[in-house]
Amino acid sequence: MCRVLDLQQAVLAKNDACAHTLREELAARGTAVVNLLSSPGSGKTALLERELTLARERGVPVAALTADLATENDAVRLARSGVPVKQVLTDGLCHLEAEMLGGHLDGWLPTGTRLLFVENVGNLVCPASYDLGETLRVVLASVTEGEDKPLKYPTAFGLAHLVLVTKTDIAAAVEFDEVAFRANVERVNPGAEVVRTSVRGGEGVGTLLERALAARDDGPAHIPVMTRQSHHLHDDPEDRIGERGTVGSSRS
Amino acid sequence: MHEMSIALAVVDQVESAVRPAGASAVGRVRLLVGELAGVVPDALAFSFQLACEGTVLAGAELITEPVAARARCASCDRTWPAGMPPRLSCPGCGGASVELLSGRELRIADVSWLDAPAPPPTHEER
Repeated sequence: MCRVLDLQQAVLAKNDACAHTLREELAARGTAVVNLLSSPGSGKTALLERELTLARERGVPVAALTADLATENDAVRLARSGVPVKQVLTDGLCHLEAEMLGGHLDGWLPTGTRLLFVENVGNLVCPASYDLGETLRVVLASVTEGEDKPLKYPTAFGLAHLVLVTKTDIAAAVEFDEVAFRANVERVNPGAEVVRTSVRGGEGVGTLLERALAARDDGPAHIPVMTRQSHHLHDDPEDRIGERGTVGSSRS
Repeated sequence: MHEMSIALAVVDQVESAVRPAGASAVGRVRLLVGELAGVVPDALAFSFQLACEGTVLAGAELITEPVAARARCASCDRTWPAGMPPRLSCPGCGGASVELLSGRELRIADVSWLDAPAPPPTHEER
């Protein structure tokens, strides 16, 4: 006899639950996580080093964790800011997950840290699906990557609380069409703030730090449409646990 | 390619769900995959096969059912297919108070299997 078990379980329920717990635990310690996503080479590390240095100069306790498939190069660069930095090597994994992040924070994250910046693996596909317990998700794109990046990676850009354009000092040289880029962000994530930055040109200094501090205190200023999914398709697993008896125990 | 992580999560959840129900070999898993879920069905199917090996799901068929992305404008109540790449500002009034009705699903819908025939009486060797 053929038997069918109606599950209706979100595949990422375990990660989402871990992320939720991590967010609450960190909030209780006064820490908010900022998740930085971009393609490889878009300038995450350079911008983050600048903002970490600024935080130290302003006396804001911050820390940073950077994830790569290999090498500790980014941690060495970020450590020049003088704030606590940790390198995570993912051994080939293309993204961080909430449980992994939580494991790396145990025994390392200094007490009193107000902001923990997480530089995700350079990749605009896989990391987009994983909530790390962040309060602010920031997606970066450099002017060399093309105006249509938000359309090519709609899930990453669509879930961003804030979009940073990097390397604007060379925008003219590479004929970056900022109007088109902004329109493309608006298409997949209406209302999202897009800010110009350049580490070499000194543009947008402090924006990331200020937005992160504001989000820590009051939550993100912008809620992306993609996170405002209607629950009409009985999407909320929490509501259905009771109906499923034994199935409910499989969520952790 | 995070599809392997997704496949492992599917296998883990299905195993936990079907063991108490007494399944010995899962035949089919039906998965709903939204247009905006960021998952490639072909890559997932490949990963799923590998993830199932050595589990109660070995040899199981994965059926992925695509779910179109649809959005609704809270200002003018218009609904539209978001498309790919998605248009998430209202094409009618241009408003940004939009909600997604569907398209982000990544959900195991159901699992099916054939009940194993009753085991034959065991012959105790003497």
